[in-house]
Amino acid sequence: MSPASDEARPPARNLDRERLTAHLDTMWRIRAFEEAALRGLSEGLVRGAIHPSIGQEAVAAAVCLNLARSDLILSTHRGHGHTLAKGADARAMMRELLGRAGGTCGGKGGSMHIADFSVGMLGANGVVGANIPIAVGAAHAVALRGGPEIVACFFGDGAINRGPFLEGLNWAKIFRLPVLFVCEDNAWSATTRTADLTAGEGAAARARSLGIPAQILDGNDAIGLDAAARDAIAAVRAGEGPRLLHVRTYRMTGHTAADAAGYRDAAEVEAWRARDPIARLAAALAEAGVDPARLEASRTEAAAEMADVLDDARAAPWPDLAAAFADVQDVGDPAERAY
Amino acid sequence: MATTTYLAASTRALAEEMERDPSVWALGEDLGRGGVFGQYKGLQARFGAARIADTPISEACIMGAAVGAAMAGTRPVVEMRFSDFALCATDELVNQAAKARFMFGGQATVPLVARQPIGMWRSSAAQHSQSLEAWYAHVPGLVVVAPATPADNLGLLKSAIRADDPVVYLEHKDLWAAEGDVPDGEHLVPLGVADVARAGRDVTIVTWSAMRRTSLAATETLAGEGVEAEVIDLRTLWPWDRDAVLASVERTGRLLVVHEAVTVAGFGAEIAAFVAEHLHHRLRAPVRRLGAPRIPIAYAPPLENAARVTPDAIAAAARAMLAPAAARAS
Ligand SMILES: Cc1ncc(C[n+]2csc(CCOP(=O)(O)OP(=O)(O)O)c2C)c(N)n1
Ligand SMILES: [Mg+2]
Repeated sequence: MSPASDEARPPARNLDRERLTAHLDTMWRIRAFEEAALRGLSEGLVRGAIHPSIGQEAVAAAVCLNLARSDLILSTHRGHGHTLAKGADARAMMRELLGRAGGTCGGKGGSMHIADFSVGMLGANGVVGANIPIAVGAAHAVALRGGPEIVACFFGDGAINRGPFLEGLNWAKIFRLPVLFVCEDNAWSATTRTADLTAGEGAAARARSLGIPAQILDGNDAIGLDAAARDAIAAVRAGEGPRLLHVRTYRMTGHTAADAAGYRDAAEVEAWRARDPIARLAAALAEAGVDPARLEASRTEAAAEMADVLDDARAAPWPDLAAAFADVQDVGDPAERAY
Repeated sequence: MATTTYLAASTRALAEEMERDPSVWALGEDLGRGGVFGQYKGLQARFGAARIADTPISEACIMGAAVGAAMAGTRPVVEMRFSDFALCATDELVNQAAKARFMFGGQATVPLVARQPIGMWRSSAAQHSQSLEAWYAHVPGLVVVAPATPADNLGLLKSAIRADDPVVYLEHKDLWAAEGDVPDGEHLVPLGVADVARAGRDVTIVTWSAMRRTSLAATETLAGEGVEAEVIDLRTLWPWDRDAVLASVERTGRLLVVHEAVTVAGFGAEIAAFVAEHLHHRLRAPVRRLGAPRIPIAYAPPLENAARVTPDAIAAAARAMLAPAAARAS
C-alpha cells in the first residue's frame, strides 16, 4: 500500500507561516512527549503498555489546530497526540503515564485512559471502537443544549469492523449531529494488516454509503490535513451534520512499545519513514522562507520541554492510597475493605 | 512428565484436540501471529488459516459466528483476547450461546469454548484487568472454568473443547509464564472436580485461578506458626465441586474463600452461603471471604495493589479465624 490521497493539493505557496509553524511545534511536542515516554518505559518508570503515535502526529495536530478549546474530542488507546494537541498539560500527562500524583487522572488511568476534561478531551479508551457511540452521545448533548461546540472522534482503521462504528455513524447522520469522525488509517490493527480483514474501501466508503460526506487524505501531509480539517469542521459547525476524514498514515513503531513489529516489511516501513510528516512540514516551511533557526528551535525546545516533563514526573510522588477508593460512585461509595 | 508453562500447555491442548477432531477450530484477532500472548504460536502454520482463523476486530461477530458454527456442527474455540473485551459479545454469549439448547427444546447444542484471559497484570488498569467469573457462573447454560496450573490448563482446556456446552474458559494473564509438571500422554481433567492443592487440618481455603498460588504462599507462613491450612483449587466454578468443599470444611470447621475478583457478589458468596446452609452446625468460626474491595482497578502500582489479595492478607484472615472466639470479636 502506498500513501495516497484522492485530493490533489496545490503546491505550497502563500503558506500561513505563523499558523503552520505552530502546527509544527505541536507535532514536535507530540513526538518529543512520546520519545520521552519511551525512555520512561525503558527505565521502568512507565509500568503499563503504551501505544505510540510516532509517525501519525499530523492528524492529531491538524484536527485540534482547527478546534476551539470548548470543542470536545474522544480518543483511542493511541491517544497521547490527541490529548496534547487539544491542550492538555504535558506534565500532567506524563505524570499519568508514570501513575503519579498530579496526573491528568490522578494516576488511576495511565496511558490508555488518559483524559483531560478541562480542555474538552473526554478520554482515551481501552476498548476499540467504544469511543464512537460516546462521541455521538456527546454531540447529541451539544445538540440538545443548542451549543456551538463540535465533537471530533478519532479511531483506527481496525475499529471500523466493530458494530459501534456502523451504529454511531448512522446515529450521527439521522440526528444530524455535529461530529467529525477521523479514521486514522495506519494500515495495521495490532499485528494484522487491516486490509486483509476489511471488506470494501474502508472508512470513507462506509461513511458515504450512509450519506456522510467523507474525504480520503494523506495523513502525513500536515498542510493538506490542516486545510481539510478546517473545511470539514466549518461544515460540521454550520450544522450540516457529521463528516468523516479517512486519513492514511502509518504507525512507525510496533503496536505497543513492547512490539518489535517484525511482521512488517522493512521496505514498507522505510517508504513511510521517508514521508515523515514532521520532516515534510519543516521542509515546506523552510522552502517558504521560515527562519531555519526557528525550525530547529521547534524541535529542540520540544525535546527540552519533554525531558523536563519526564524529570518532573519521575520526581513526583505516588498518589495517596485513598485515591484507589475515591470517585467510584456517590451512592454506596466503597469503604476501604468491603467486608 | 515434563516441565512446561501454563501458556505452552494451552497451546498443546488446542493442538491435540485439533489433531483428534477435525471439527475443532479457533477464531479471534491476531491468532495467525500467535495471539496476543503467544498462546496460538505455530498453530496456524500447522493447521492452516481456515482452522486457526484471523478475524476482524468484531467481538460480537466472533462470538455470534461461533454460536452459529457450533449449532451447525463444529467446535469453535473463541479467543476474546482480554475478558474485558468479551463484554462486547455479551449478548452472543449470554442470550444466544447459553440459551439456545434450552429455548429450542434440546434441538441445538452450542459446543464452543470462549477463552477470556482474566486478572491483574502489569498495570493494565480498569479495562484490562477484570475477573468477572461470577457473572458467568450466574448464567444457566454456561460452564465456567478457571485453571491455575499448566497441567490443569492442558487437561481442562481439552475437556472444555470436548464438552457439548458453551464453556467460559478463564485463563489468568499473570500465569502464562508459570511452570509446572505436565503428563506426557493424553491428559484430561474432568470438569467440575476440585484439586486439593495442599492438605491441612485447621482451615479450608477455597480458591481458584492465580489465587491458588497466592494461597499456597500464605500456607507457608501459616505452617511456620503451626497452622495447617488445606487449599482447595476449585478449577471449575460451574459446576463447582460441592462435595470436596463440604468434606474438607466438615473436617476443619473453618472456611475461607479467596478470590481476586471483587468480594461483593463474587463467587465466594455462593460458596460461603452454600457451606453455611449445609454445615452450619460444624463451623468453628464464621465463614470468611477475601477478595478485592468494590473498586475498579487503578493503573498506578500502589493503587492497583489496593485491589490485590496478598499472601499476608490470606494468612491474617486464616489466623483470625483460628483465634479463640473472644479474640476474634475484638
Ligand atoms: C473491543 C476490543 N477488541 C480488541 C482490542 C485489542 N486491541 C487494542 S488496539 C487493537 C488494534 C486496533 O487497531 P486500529 O483500530 O487500527 O488502531 P491502531 O492501534 O492501529 O491505532 C486491538 C485489536 C481492544 N482493545 N478492544
Ligand atoms: Mg490501525
